[in-house]
Amino acid sequence: MNPEWIASHTDDILAALIQHVQLLGLSLLFGLLIAFPLALLAIRWPRLYAPSLAITGVMFSIPSLALFILLMPLTGLSMATSLIGLTLYTLLILFRNIVEGLRGVSPVVCEAARALGYSRVRRLLQVELPIALPVIMAGIRIAAVTVIGLITVTALIGQGGLGQLFITGFTLSFTTPLVVGFVLSVLLAVAVDLALVGLLWWLTPWQRGRTS
Amino acid sequence: MNDSLPALLQGLIGWLADPAHWQGSNGVLERGLEHIFYMMVSTLIGAAIALPIGIGLGHSGRGGLLAINLTNIGRAVPSFGVIIFVFLLVGYGVIPVIVALVALAIPPMVTNSFVGMRGVDPAIRQAATAVGMTPWQRLLQVELPIAMPLIMAGVRTSAVQVMSTATLAAYVGLGGLGRYLIDGLAVRDLVQVLVGAVLVAILAVATELLFAGLQRLVTARGLRHD
Repeated sequence: MNPEWIASHTDDILAALIQHVQLLGLSLLFGLLIAFPLALLAIRWPRLYAPSLAITGVMFSIPSLALFILLMPLTGLSMATSLIGLTLYTLLILFRNIVEGLRGVSPVVCEAARALGYSRVRRLLQVELPIALPVIMAGIRIAAVTVIGLITVTALIGQGGLGQLFITGFTLSFTTPLVVGFVLSVLLAVAVDLALVGLLWWLTPWQRGRTS
Repeated sequence: MNDSLPALLQGLIGWLADPAHWQGSNGVLERGLEHIFYMMVSTLIGAAIALPIGIGLGHSGRGGLLAINLTNIGRAVPSFGVIIFVFLLVGYGVIPVIVALVALAIPPMVTNSFVGMRGVDPAIRQAATAVGMTPWQRLLQVELPIAMPLIMAGVRTSAVQVMSTATLAAYVGLGGLGRYLIDGLAVRDLVQVLVGAVLVAILAVATELLFAGLQRLVTARGLRHD
């Protein structure tokens, strides 16, 4: 480890970290925006669910680097290429957990909400979603931590966030940037994971004190 | 790098149709076998480490917190960084790649075999003891067969992840199908890059399907749902 290198490159390190967080935030956001309506469709037409799970399962097994590169003819060496690829991975995880979460809501609860005069939309937003939130949040946590690792791979197609530091370390045969990138990326994953657990705790006051 | 999509697809098909690209030390067959070799070695070493730990912990019921959270912790470790780091430490060779891939393979197998062993109904354990089985007999003839589907699910997850990530071996100068990706990127030969991407994707999906079949095969007939 070379503290001087770290001191003279704080700007680069910070920029890489910021790009990492940006790619994470955007891919989670887009993943949620797309996965949610898809999940509602899969619940509305249950026959779609098994095949769509099979398709997402197979897609998830496609190597990330291969996927990023397959997108390159369409979007080039841009941030869009990374973002589309990363979003696809979050989408696959989120879709499954949103469907499982919403399907896990007890029919009795839905009936009760209907009996109280809740419309379909209000029932979804005020009854089913809050109850499904722990399962959905579990999916968001897995997606977030997975994507933090995947972002480093996008360094090979010109993005990469903290992965850029891996490349720097490799080209200079110098472990300091590599260790910095590695430690920050693991710390980021832990921090984001804990933040999401905290967010869930804050959003679901009725669950507190229960062991999940 | 501004080739249009139809031209690229045509190039891709033309590349794959050329028999010269399939033979020799940089041919698809050789690269594919290298890729499969990295995957097999890493998954086997990973299984040899992970399965006894997961099964042992699950059998005894201890260390649950670690076993269950190991997969989450493992997810946070960027394999790309591990490969380069070990490469800088030990230099060129197959070791950095195998170390990174084994580290990637272990967590899902530990977690799944632990969960599988814990999922065995306590009544069944007691019944096995009641009919006079020794602890070893109970483990081998009752608990393991029941836990087998989940254990294999863990092996499958690991194998697919390892197959995907073995692509990065090419970055530190080794072979495998990642060579086409890395070399193609370096010389801006998009057709070659696409060849690599398509072949790796096919291999990963094939692994997924193969292990899904294997998982069915090792599931005791009485436990199958269909």
